[in-house]
Amino acid sequence: MRNRVTRFLIPVVAASLLAAACTSGGTPTPAPGASVPAAPAPVAEGGAFPRNETLYTSGTQWGPPANFNPIREWDSATGTKGLVYETLFHFDPVAGKLTPWLAASGAWVDDTTYEVKLRPNITWSDGKPLTAEDVKFTFELGKMETIPYHNLWNWLSAVEAPDASTVRFTFSKANYQQWDFNIYSRSIVPKHIWEGRAEKDVLDGINENPVGTGAYKYHSHDQDRVAWVKNDTWWGKATLNLDPKPKYIVDIVNSSNEVAMGLLLQKGLDLSNNFLPGAANLVSGNFGISTFYPEPPYMLSANTAWLVPNTKKKPLDDAQFRKALAASVDTKKIVEGVYGNLVKPASPTGLLPQWDQFVDQAVVGSKGFGFDTAKAKKLLADAGYKDANGDGLVENKDGSPIALKLIVPAGWTDWMESIRVIATSARAAGINVEAEFPDYNALVEARSSGKFDLLINNERQLSNSPYTYFEYVFQLPVQAQQNTVNFGRYENPEAWKLVQQLDGTKTDDVEGMKKVASQLEGILLDELPVIPLWYNGLWSQVSSTTWKNWPSSEGSAPKSAPTMWRNWLELGGFESLASLQPVAP
Amino acid sequence: MRRYFGRKLLVYGLTFFMAVTVNWLVPRLMPGDPVASMLARARVAQPEAQEALRVYYNNLFGFDQPWWQQYLNSWGALFRGDFGISLWAFPTPVADLLTRAVPYSLALLIPSILISWVIGNRLGALAARRKVLDNTVLPVSYVLTATPYLWLAALMAWGFGIVWGIFPVAGGYSFSMTPSFTWPFFVDLLWHWVLPFASLFLVALGGWAIGMRNVIIYELESDYANYLSALGAPQKLIRRYAFRNAVLPQITGLALQLGVLVAGALVTEIVFSYPGLGSLILAAIQNKDFFLLQGAFLFIVLGVLIANFIIDVIYVIVDPRTRVGMAGASA
Repeated sequence: MRNRVTRFLIPVVAASLLAAACTSGGTPTPAPGASVPAAPAPVAEGGAFPRNETLYTSGTQWGPPANFNPIREWDSATGTKGLVYETLFHFDPVAGKLTPWLAASGAWVDDTTYEVKLRPNITWSDGKPLTAEDVKFTFELGKMETIPYHNLWNWLSAVEAPDASTVRFTFSKANYQQWDFNIYSRSIVPKHIWEGRAEKDVLDGINENPVGTGAYKYHSHDQDRVAWVKNDTWWGKATLNLDPKPKYIVDIVNSSNEVAMGLLLQKGLDLSNNFLPGAANLVSGNFGISTFYPEPPYMLSANTAWLVPNTKKKPLDDAQFRKALAASVDTKKIVEGVYGNLVKPASPTGLLPQWDQFVDQAVVGSKGFGFDTAKAKKLLADAGYKDANGDGLVENKDGSPIALKLIVPAGWTDWMESIRVIATSARAAGINVEAEFPDYNALVEARSSGKFDLLINNERQLSNSPYTYFEYVFQLPVQAQQNTVNFGRYENPEAWKLVQQLDGTKTDDVEGMKKVASQLEGILLDELPVIPLWYNGLWSQVSSTTWKNWPSSEGSAPKSAPTMWRNWLELGGFESLASLQPVAP
Repeated sequence: MRRYFGRKLLVYGLTFFMAVTVNWLVPRLMPGDPVASMLARARVAQPEAQEALRVYYNNLFGFDQPWWQQYLNSWGALFRGDFGISLWAFPTPVADLLTRAVPYSLALLIPSILISWVIGNRLGALAARRKVLDNTVLPVSYVLTATPYLWLAALMAWGFGIVWGIFPVAGGYSFSMTPSFTWPFFVDLLWHWVLPFASLFLVALGGWAIGMRNVIIYELESDYANYLSALGAPQKLIRRYAFRNAVLPQITGLALQLGVLVAGALVTEIVFSYPGLGSLILAAIQNKDFFLLQGAFLFIVLGVLIANFIIDVIYVIVDPRTRVGMAGASA
């Protein structure tokens, strides 16, 4: 019997040991804390952030804050660029001009030389001074092939630092518009820390303990948040007279809109940059939540949503057909029915309201389109698309049936509803469009390889120049993979030449810019390589329980963009944070 | 005995091999190219830079190798304990993500499975043959067990979180906290744990209660119970014997239900944005993160296999018949 018992016991003990080894982490010990680097910034009392000193934000980060690398502008932790790392300039979309930031000034000394004077007395958070060498080093990192701004070196020929506060850029070809975009987009990194990093580390490094010049420093992070603590020695306090009040900024990773809504209603979130369906009800109901405009469209406009036709496929290769399609779309129904007026219908050119001065109203007047089913039918008939089999839907000119699939990612509910509206209104005009919702990754693949009929896209944000907008529409050459621009694979060398001409127009030559823009708008409206539908909002719902003085269209409130979105901190986002005031002192 | 466990281990080994293979295969059969979607997020505008990045990442993740090589590599890496680098949370190693998530998942799963099993069995045993209890416990249990996890979770999040505001709706601990070994932090953890735990616990509870009730009724009508009763044994004693016999099928049930329970926990975690494996798996699928998906499933498969093995061992201990059977087999 004893023998038998031990025989039992062996596997039992073995199994329990194994189980113990696996379950020893069973109690929720704060293992995540282990990820905090060795010398953390001063820890909040009792491990908690005092509510009245902390700003909670959300709506930017969709995955865990996995790196603090400002080169990775697309997936570094929210605030890496903007709060910790800063740029030479900011851009003010309201005034439409660059604001000196790390730079005291910047000017073209001749047609191909740009000179930046740095502000004095700026230090990195480790105490070392910021010098022209750091700026030179940052731009020279772009010589590495995999660095996102590598292409800058196609037209930039040299960066020099004649003295500690002067940086001189010499260009082989001056692309003035793109250059302005670069000087407010590129984070300046400290040479003394980044020097000697291999290309792999520059591109893929986590960059723990980021050392920047900015108003905030790294505090801690976990899978679902990143926390920043104020840098008390920030240069801007004295020089710019800006003093951000929140001692801590905690950015929360998005899990779902429902969770964001819940947090917002529980007053656990101060700034939500999520798209919340029905945000209008939140504003009008008594929830203490407000948006930039107290009435429609509630939000500032951030980007344009286009209907992108694949111009390599029949019948979408025919501009007349695309025009008919454009006229068939009931945008008003989308704006009102789907979005509840949270968005604005786009102008026919699709240029954002902030770029209104570049819209040639004469061109829009003569070539613009609007929702008109009868006109869509007429355009189809004139172009030779007939309904031969009498099913109410037109066929190709050779008589073969038309069946266009319009795709948006599954789960993007507002877009899913929108394309249902588009499909219905297109069918009313006789165009057979069907809505489909593939998985996001499948959509990306179809989109980049050109294996789609129609899709919705909005991947171009507001910027300093309509150049970026036209670059998106017309960029050539068309590659095997079109990953970011010109998904419709539209080829028009003349238009692309004009885009480059616009790029080469000086930014203070507004008349020159308008002239080129007007020609481009003419081509866009004649050819419709993309069909502008509506302006997506700069989603922003704020709660004034802890922080007040949020940007608003009303009264003397700041007019800057209330957002933490990537690359928006330089477009007014930071200024919005800096103007916040505590509700209870 | 040795043969019994030997056979079990062989079956488990085979299961493990199949699971790893399927784990490797399934994500690769999903439509879409992970590097393409990673680059799409990168928004690199310039075609040349785009191409350089594509080549670089394909090489980094080994996607430029033939598929059989990738498969062999994955086994090699597995034995080195290397799960690869996550594509979604690039450049975090998958092992890091998993070790952070697993404690949360286990903290939900182990208590909810064990406590619901114990309490469910007690409740079921009590309900059997007691009219009042039977008329209340049974219908409630049926409702509970038929409730989809995510629906109950969503209801609880809405009720307790939004309407009454007693419990938080999301997360593993408050956003105002930083992890530390302090009471406030521990209380905060617990406070966030209650709702996801409760929704898992309640759904599982119903099933066990119903199962136990039915088996007890069967046992109480069996010959040995009647015989005991005829001998004049007290009702309490009979019930105790019946309970012991009735527990056996419940243990088997536990082994069978484990997979379902784990799946339920994954869904519940997603509803509460609880930072466990479920949330990771969802993110991995959405971002086509092969390595994270493989790693997470591997953990789950291992966990379920180990738990099953433990149940096998316990079964041998509590049921003498298996021992006799084994002795017979080995004789």
